[in-house]
Amino acid sequence: MNAEPDGPEDRLRRFATIWSRAVFPVTTTSSTRPEFEEQLLPLARRLSEALRARAFDADEARALGAALVTVHCTDPEALSRTLDCVDAYLVLYCGGDGDQQDLRLRASRLQHAMAAGFAQALRERTRAEQEAISAAALKAQGVVAQALHASEARFRAVFEGAAIGIGMADLDGNILQVNEALLRMFGITEQTMLGRNVAEWTHPEDAPQTWTLYDELVRGDREHYHVEKAFSRPDGTALWTNLTVSLLRDADGNPQYQLALMEDTTERRLLNLRLRYEATHDALTGLPNRTFFFERLEKALGAGKGQRFGLCYLDLDGFKTINDSLGHAAGDRLLVEVADRLQSCTTAPGEMVARLGGDEFVALTTGPDTEREVDELASRIMNALVAPVSVDGRELTVRGSIGIVEGPAGERSAAEVLRSADITMYRAKASGGNRFELADEEADARAITRHGLTTALPTALDRGEFFIEYQPLVHLGDGSVRGAEALVRWLHPQHGVLGPDRFIPLAEHTGLIVPLGRWVLEQSVRQAREWRERHADAGPMRINVNLSPCQLTHPGLVQDTVDILERTGVEPDALCLEVTESALIGADDDLLKPLRRLAEMGVDIALDDFGTGYSNLANLRRLPVSILKLDRSFTQSMQQFPADPVDLKIVEGIVSLAHSLDLAVTVEGVETGAQAEQLRILGCDTAQGWYYARPGPPERLHELALVDATG
Amino acid sequence: MERPAWAPRSIDISVPSVSRIYDYYLGGSHNFEVDREAARKAMEFMPGLPKIMQANRAFMRRAVRFAAEQGISQFLDVGSGIPTFGNVHEVAQAARPDAHVVYVDHDPVAVAHSQAVLAGNERAGVVAADLRKPQEILASPEVQQLIDLNRPVALLLVAILHFVEDEDDPYGAVAELRDALAPGSLLLLTHASYEGMPLPAERAGGAVDVYKDIRNPLIMRSREQIARFFEGYDMVEPGLVPMPHWRPETETWDPDDEDPWAYSGFAGVGRTA
Repeated sequence: MNAEPDGPEDRLRRFATIWSRAVFPVTTTSSTRPEFEEQLLPLARRLSEALRARAFDADEARALGAALVTVHCTDPEALSRTLDCVDAYLVLYCGGDGDQQDLRLRASRLQHAMAAGFAQALRERTRAEQEAISAAALKAQGVVAQALHASEARFRAVFEGAAIGIGMADLDGNILQVNEALLRMFGITEQTMLGRNVAEWTHPEDAPQTWTLYDELVRGDREHYHVEKAFSRPDGTALWTNLTVSLLRDADGNPQYQLALMEDTTERRLLNLRLRYEATHDALTGLPNRTFFFERLEKALGAGKGQRFGLCYLDLDGFKTINDSLGHAAGDRLLVEVADRLQSCTTAPGEMVARLGGDEFVALTTGPDTEREVDELASRIMNALVAPVSVDGRELTVRGSIGIVEGPAGERSAAEVLRSADITMYRAKASGGNRFELADEEADARAITRHGLTTALPTALDRGEFFIEYQPLVHLGDGSVRGAEALVRWLHPQHGVLGPDRFIPLAEHTGLIVPLGRWVLEQSVRQAREWRERHADAGPMRINVNLSPCQLTHPGLVQDTVDILERTGVEPDALCLEVTESALIGADDDLLKPLRRLAEMGVDIALDDFGTGYSNLANLRRLPVSILKLDRSFTQSMQQFPADPVDLKIVEGIVSLAHSLDLAVTVEGVETGAQAEQLRILGCDTAQGWYYARPGPPERLHELALVDATG
Repeated sequence: MERPAWAPRSIDISVPSVSRIYDYYLGGSHNFEVDREAARKAMEFMPGLPKIMQANRAFMRRAVRFAAEQGISQFLDVGSGIPTFGNVHEVAQAARPDAHVVYVDHDPVAVAHSQAVLAGNERAGVVAADLRKPQEILASPEVQQLIDLNRPVALLLVAILHFVEDEDDPYGAVAELRDALAPGSLLLLTHASYEGMPLPAERAGGAVDVYKDIRNPLIMRSREQIARFFEGYDMVEPGLVPMPHWRPETETWDPDDEDPWAYSGFAGVGRTA
């Protein structure tokens, strides 16, 4: 735009510059000052025209005041400065050559109208903006409220649909809100529930701390607690719950409500109780079982000073026979009846009866006075068994053996006590049964050793705790070693070396004799082969192995023996099996058959301990034996000199008889040279005894044989 | 416990809001007495607060024009507040009518107001989201519809980062946004600082306390700390400078026109490689 210096246009611009400089610092425009000046220029032009217009146009003046607001001069100071500019410079720069008086008047009126226009525009704008921000706030709140509503709806769905019971109460315990699940658990309506107070919900089975925790929570001293709690239902049944109660605080952290979450555990609890009952009771008789009994016994044994216990261990006499002859169903009915009778014997507090299994029962009494009580208890039990038991129309007489253990608490373990009772019961049984015996330490100890050995036997064989010693058999005619008897020993880890008398009866009892015997046979035969290989020149060495009655009846005897001989490559005639005379007393053909088979194969059979039983001498012919081993009792009298002539006659007779039956005679227990000489004179064939050698390791036999061969 | 996403925060207009305080500083009436009271209190310590805001607005106007001149037509303004006048969409769409603008704010009232202002403008939208959760911004329908992240974007973080505390990891958020932007994108940033303020920090600190009281702490950062927000960006000339010094419109700018308070804080523009 052309603006000749100091022309009207130039003067207008100068007014606009002054105006913008005055107002710019109080505007909030983001424009620069020169840009702002450009925005003011059109307004300045309109002002200039309004100043010089023929008639005063108030609307235009007000519009100019309003225009200030549009260019962000909202600060009242901007108006003030604008009016100052108009007052001081508008007539000066834009008045032209008009009448100064009129111009001043016009400028003044312009100012008044501009002020009114500015105020009105600002008021309008303020109102509009206030309205806009309020609308925005309202709208935002609406959005939030809607979201809250949605979230509350979701919460409500969770609350209503939850499987756990949810309830809300104030801090005085008044119940405010509950969900469906909770009502279902309690079995009452919402109406009934909402009138109630939490404090009414005491239950006899409440744990002691339950209400302390509650008080702490409502006081605000505790944020939450978790208990197992029972509630009474209207129908009288108990509702068991896992209950979690939490304290809800308001925005300022003050306690406001309590929230309870509960899970119905009634069924689970019943199931647990049933499982517990089943785990601790005998299904047949309903009596407490071994587990339960041990718990009670341990409790009794763990009782304080001055407390004692008394235990009766009952085993029915001859129950197996009843079971075998009448069947298990009858046996079971008998046990149920016995259980009932026993139950009636233990009625005092601190007494109980339990079934340990089979026909074994225990009765326990506890307290300070059991020394007397346990005797009475045992008597009551014996009395209770006196009347016959009627089973399937039969009157069965029931007898029992009882082992009693009584003593102070705190000295022995439950297992020790029960073992002692068990042993004592066996003692009662061994004494004929139908009686009770009192535990006695010495008898226990013996039995315990026996018991210990019995239980250790099976592993002993696996662990190689057995070994064999050999005692030479010497030919009385020339003094040469002809063989040896194998004697098994047990090197027990605690008891040291045990002789066969200590464990062979136990092994027979448990049946271990069969594998043990097989092992002895195999070891001995191997040893025989070794001797034969190394000392072929020393003559045919024979090994004597003992056979127990149990082995004799074992169906595998012949096969086992044949297998062992074949495996080791030893001829049958190198083996002699010794069988005791008593084992063959009254033997029938079935029993003799295996021996006969062995004898036919070439194995020698010796009749051991001959002369101790009441042998049927006529029977000797029938037996497949080739050797008689005279019992040591015959040789003992020959240790003195001169020997008893009667004994000499008997031995002479036996030798003569044996020889006439083609049997060789071996004597045992030879301890002196005189004995040996005497026996040789009497015609005995071979001898063994300390005079020659004690039983020893196989090497010793080598030496003897070698001495003999070279000697 | 963290508030679940579906449980919205409530709106309490009795609590001052930084958006409405900002509007008050800029002479607007989009505010309530609580806002004005807080603003007046802060101004007792820093009387020049309105001038700082004005300088922010002026920088924003120049920077948006600069971005438009650089060929950028997409603008993402995070922390947009209450658009009083001279807003990004006005400036940008004046420079290029095809410009797309998305405003982001976490103040529901500011968002509602923006929606009212933008009603009918098909190339502008507003998102209720928080700078501290950049993925929510990027995944919003408005950004998805209006912004093509495969093309350069002008990201505006004007007068917002000083409201994000270090424990909320503002650097991480800025980096996350940067990684989402196409090469050639611009970051337009201003940040409050005691540096450049015509008043000792001890005295100006009273204003910071006011913001702390209204639970919108104002974090003053050093120039060095502010420069770190541009990690991964090449600084556009003249770099990180007091707001009036950032590309003043030379033919019309007169340093004498600037209020001394306008030199508080820093402004800068960076470009992604």
